[in-house]
Amino acid sequence: MEYYSIKDLVEQAVSNNTTISEIVIQTEINESEQTQKEIEQKMYENIDVMKKAISRGKKGDLKSESGLIGGQSSILSSQENIFSGNIYHKAVINALAVAEVNACMGKIVACPTAGSCGIIPGVLLAVQKELGKNDKELSKALFTASGLGKVIAHKATLAGAAGGCQAECGSAAAMAAGGVVELINGNPEMVSHAFALALKNLLGLVCDPVAGLVEIPCVKRNGFAAAHALTAVDMALAGIKSAIPADEVIEAMEQIGRLLPDSLKETARGGLAITETGKKIRKGCLKC
Amino acid sequence: MSIFNIMGPIMIGPSSSHTAGPVKIGNIARLIFADKIITADIYFHGSFAETYKGHGTDRAIVGGLLGYTPDDEKIKDSLTYAKNNNIKINFGKIDLKNTHPNTILIKISNNKKELNIQGASTGGGDIVIQKINGYQVNISAKYPTLWLLHRDKPGMAGKITSVLGKHNLNIAYMQLFRKQRGRTASSIIELDHKISNNILEELTAITGIKEIKFIPAL
Repeated sequence: MEYYSIKDLVEQAVSNNTTISEIVIQTEINESEQTQKEIEQKMYENIDVMKKAISRGKKGDLKSESGLIGGQSSILSSQENIFSGNIYHKAVINALAVAEVNACMGKIVACPTAGSCGIIPGVLLAVQKELGKNDKELSKALFTASGLGKVIAHKATLAGAAGGCQAECGSAAAMAAGGVVELINGNPEMVSHAFALALKNLLGLVCDPVAGLVEIPCVKRNGFAAAHALTAVDMALAGIKSAIPADEVIEAMEQIGRLLPDSLKETARGGLAITETGKKIRKGCLKC
Repeated sequence: MSIFNIMGPIMIGPSSSHTAGPVKIGNIARLIFADKIITADIYFHGSFAETYKGHGTDRAIVGGLLGYTPDDEKIKDSLTYAKNNNIKINFGKIDLKNTHPNTILIKISNNKKELNIQGASTGGGDIVIQKINGYQVNISAKYPTLWLLHRDKPGMAGKITSVLGKHNLNIAYMQLFRKQRGRTASSIIELDHKISNNILEELTAITGIKEIKFIPAL
């Protein structure tokens, strides 16, 4: 069993009358020569790190090297009147918490990267809690997300330095959206549409980190991308389809990434990094 | 590719290239030095030189020298731990000319010996050791790796690989570099398996072998 495209994943799931997560698990068993139990255990370890990162970040007492990041998740979660929807709010709070832990040298799961590590846990753990799903069900959603990400790694890139932030946060949002659809028992085609819609609507997102650090806009962007994933989930579950198939969206992302100038691909030589304030932050933060 | 490369690794943030990778470089330096570290002079080149504090690259390297793995929460306080262990750490910037933008030069020493090691963090937590004590190498530590310093003369490579073959050890990748004809050469052999101490002893006993180090897969 192998898969090289989203189409492969969907077709194999459908023809075997199973879920994308099962295809991903079986493929991993074949390729890694590990047992199902060992692979499942590894995913539970990831879940444990994700949960601890959310709790740690929500405490609000972390401060990054630049001093500009830390406490945002806690500020948001202490708001009494939430303007937007409940689950969006929770997903954003979670995502911010994990991203803050990352920025402050805490322990996280790079899923798919350290810079985008808040998005998948942010969304999936909020949905898990909201719907009362157990860790086994959550782990299956994470396997689905992983498989979707593996296709991106194969066809394009997951690195901001190569493809801009669309490759990191765009990919993470798409992986999260697909994972949530499976968690809520959406079918494989719906998973692929959620994935495609999420990725498509973050195409062109650049990587212009202020002072070259994984802080601004990175941490808050994890929150935005988490909310974005839920929008894709809503549409896909309602039966809305992406006009451009998932694999072609990945190809577009790859092409756009190649066309992006180096100044907007993790070099801090463009965009936000060279704004008046961005430059001040870099200077003021000479020690970093 | 394992899906745990996508949903993982578990690591200390903020960056695979600027934090997790440097931990591994520190780990390899520690393994090769194989002795108590008294002083470590760490020089950052390129993009590392600009952001080493903000990305925790300084603490990552020191964590690696202390033997911490990339997911060890002690990394954040590694400078304190180093101080408590009476290890003197100095940081500086260096221009290494035509090399990867994320390159580090480490000089480790104690009263008995010194080690100079240069490595780059190439992205996603991957690393490559480029120089050991001035000898060119190309070690990624993705496989169990043997590094051998030996005389540059006909038959050396054959003697080394015969020992490996005799013990049924398969070679995945192999490279040989020399500084000057007839002097000392540096061989890097990446294997499919770990290597036991008795095989290392057998290799060390080959005439012409000056030094051998085994680096496990990281």
